[in-house]
Amino acid sequence: MARIDLEGLAHSYGNGSDVESYALKPVTMTWRQGGAYALLGPSGCGKTTLLNLISGILTPSHGKILFDGTDITQRSTRERNIAQVFQFPVIYDTMTVGENLAFPLKNRGVPKAEIDKRVAEIARLLDLTPDLNRKATRLTADAKQKISLGRGLVRSDVAAVLFDEPLTVIDPELKWQLRSKLKALHRELDLTMIYVTHDQTEALTFADTVVVMHDGRVVQSGTPAELFDKPAHTFVGYFIGSPGMNILSAEVKGREARIDGHTLTLARSYDALPAGAKIEIGVRPEFVDVAAPGPGLLDANIERVDDLGRIRFARVRVGDVKFAARLPAGFSPSGSAIGLKFNPAYVHVYADSRLVEGA
Amino acid sequence: MDKTINNKAWFLVLPVFLLVAFSAILPLMTVVNYSMQDTFGNNQFFWNGVGWFKELLDPSTDLGGRFLASLWRNLIFSAAILAIEVPLGIVVALAMPRQGWTVAFTLVVLALPLLIPWNVVGTIWQIFGRPDIGLFGYVLNHIGLDYNYVSNEADAWFTVILMDVWHWTSLVALLCYSGLKSIPDAYYQAAQIDGASRWAVFKAIQLPKMHRVLLIAVLLRFMDSFMIYTEPFVVTGGGPGNSTTFISIELVKIALGQFDLGKAAALSLVYNLIILIVCWVFYTIMTNAGAERRPVEGGA
Repeated sequence: MARIDLEGLAHSYGNGSDVESYALKPVTMTWRQGGAYALLGPSGCGKTTLLNLISGILTPSHGKILFDGTDITQRSTRERNIAQVFQFPVIYDTMTVGENLAFPLKNRGVPKAEIDKRVAEIARLLDLTPDLNRKATRLTADAKQKISLGRGLVRSDVAAVLFDEPLTVIDPELKWQLRSKLKALHRELDLTMIYVTHDQTEALTFADTVVVMHDGRVVQSGTPAELFDKPAHTFVGYFIGSPGMNILSAEVKGREARIDGHTLTLARSYDALPAGAKIEIGVRPEFVDVAAPGPGLLDANIERVDDLGRIRFARVRVGDVKFAARLPAGFSPSGSAIGLKFNPAYVHVYADSRLVEGA
Repeated sequence: MDKTINNKAWFLVLPVFLLVAFSAILPLMTVVNYSMQDTFGNNQFFWNGVGWFKELLDPSTDLGGRFLASLWRNLIFSAAILAIEVPLGIVVALAMPRQGWTVAFTLVVLALPLLIPWNVVGTIWQIFGRPDIGLFGYVLNHIGLDYNYVSNEADAWFTVILMDVWHWTSLVALLCYSGLKSIPDAYYQAAQIDGASRWAVFKAIQLPKMHRVLLIAVLLRFMDSFMIYTEPFVVTGGGPGNSTTFISIELVKIALGQFDLGKAAALSLVYNLIILIVCWVFYTIMTNAGAERRPVEGGA
């Protein structure tokens, strides 16, 4: 159990000296003891690299990692006291399920009685008790992955448990069960958990803090609500939410944004935008309502409606700009001409993809 | 809809059947035919029934005695070969590099002995081991060891085994290496995280994952060593005395030296059967090793 600090941590697989070519660009952040974190991002964004740096499978090319203030950057995985669960099940073929679960404890010379107690407890939590004496190779992929999870959780003294997309091979129904189980285990065992995934639902349901990565960079770290209400980067807005945030090129001056000749009033004033930057506004479809055309509303044309069951989204056009907006319950547009009602508090301004705070 | 039954399809299988008949079945049947008869040359054959087989299995006869003695030599030889080459091959495979230019270099060096024809290997070692002009034999004698594979039985055995180890350990090593290479990195990473020692990694990951290639290696090395002929024939000619006369050498002596085709045919059939049975036993043991007894239905 430990607080983990990353100080200017970066990694390059090649010898390139150009920071832009790094698989992981310099990051400085702190992981609280006992926190449930999700590392969210698309494939190839560097999240697995970051995870492997923390567990010591990779040695960083730059920067430092501290566990409770002690620099462990050069220590091997074995010395770091970290548990990690991989994307595909890793089981030891010749051992029974019980022996598989006991393996990490046995290697560290934990007394037999203590091992038996821990293994029994973890097996109970993961519903593996009936299989404890079976050969692990005979089980299904689901069960094998549960063994991998179990081996990650069986040690009570680890600094952190890292999960690298552990539920990829599990089918959807069991996925939900296991995820809630992990969440419950987190509460029960008070372990720091870092969960890597490219699935936003998985990240948002598991974690208290979601760390979004994009192109080797940590672009935002915050609670699910923060990520939703106030994305710090257009990528976060686009990646989280379904459909993602509308990102529109605009000219912003003071309290006004102009989109393709149409004017939108903003809640805050933006007077000091960086010169020469690409200015965009972002607003989530949930905060744009479709209404009948009227004064004060932005004129738009409706192109198609996606019915997601509990909510409907309309694909609309303002001039040549396309985006998504919410169709309020009970409203059905007459014809394609509609008006758009924005909730100004949730309209954000981005300069070169980064959030600009208005005054 | 009913399935169309077209018996003409059998004609498509016919070429294969003919080929197998000519390459395997007919020659084998010829041997079976010989094994039941006695010949005095001039293509005169006399029916002998199972007489040769009875004689073969009765150690008090000349044929039976020679068979039993050479069978023991074969079994001891194969056991020694497996006991040395399999562990040694595993150790070599574990020590081989995993990446970089040294991989290609090591593979080529290891493959070299495998590319040399059997009788050339025999000739190499025959000269290599000679106490007068052979480097190996000369050095051994020079440092005070009385080594002479022509006159000393133990030296002859030592030479023949060393030669086979030199020739074939590479095969086991290459097979094991391919088995090791197929283990995903995640296994090693997981083992590191689980705090496994080097020995635990070998026992829990590498050995089980090499299981299949090891089965192939053991079968190949058993069959090959049990059928060994050329190298000992070239190096020792079966001597000194009969000390390195293996079944195959005995077989050639009977068939071509004495021209006893009937005895030789009976011997080769039994020889063949022994190889089949031992391979089957190895296969069964190794595929079942580590396999779990299926739990009774409803019991788990």
